[in-house]
Amino acid sequence: MLHTVNKSPFEKDSLNTCFRLARPGSDVLLIEDAVYAALAGSCFEPAMSEALARYSVFVLKADLEARGIDSGDLISGVRAVDYSGFVDLAVKNDTVQSWL
Amino acid sequence: MGDGKKILFINRRGPYGTIYAQEALEVALVGAVFDQKISLAFIDDGVFLLRPGQSTVGLQMKQFTAAYRALGDFEIHRVYVERESLQVRGMKEENLMEIVTGPDGGTRNLVKVVSSVELMDVIHSQDVLLND
Repeated sequence: MLHTVNKSPFEKDSLNTCFRLARPGSDVLLIEDAVYAALAGSCFEPAMSEALARYSVFVLKADLEARGIDSGDLISGVRAVDYSGFVDLAVKNDTVQSWL
Repeated sequence: MGDGKKILFINRRGPYGTIYAQEALEVALVGAVFDQKISLAFIDDGVFLLRPGQSTVGLQMKQFTAAYRALGDFEIHRVYVERESLQVRGMKEENLMEIVTGPDGGTRNLVKVVSSVELMDVIHSQDVLLND
């Protein structure tokens, strides 16, 4: 299953809920304000590092660029994808769960 | 600007995910035009508004945060950034957008990083508080 999250982890609990309920092995794609969860050095990094052991975590490139985050700012293991990568993830997985 | 009110705009959300910060900026500029004593505070995810290097080409949205640079020309008093909010988000004080003012040649950065305690004083010294 593909899980998408679009809220900042500093503002809402959506990503924590996703990490609590998504089965290990799932794909997790961070879009919009959720890309802030991938910033290295934040207080959310431990939770993200733990999640990276269970999930493949992706972030949408356009949302990173809009927010002034480049690949060097990311927690290692998080992978940036473009819009066609988003489509590939949606096609590869049977269902998509959007945590809003 | 003798009888203008002291108005503080409190920004607590990042750019692009919601419209709040963009709307707050527009209202702040209008307030400045009408000779009010405008300051801005960036707290919580609001500190992400001042992150440099933003490019919205991929999102096909207006990069409205570039307009923060114009605040100096509108005689905005101060731009406060809460240090604690930066730290929690892995953001560095020296890596924030600069908002320069001073047409007399002596340029000054309006952006001031302050502690929660200092920001408390700022908030309590205002006539009006507006929140995004």
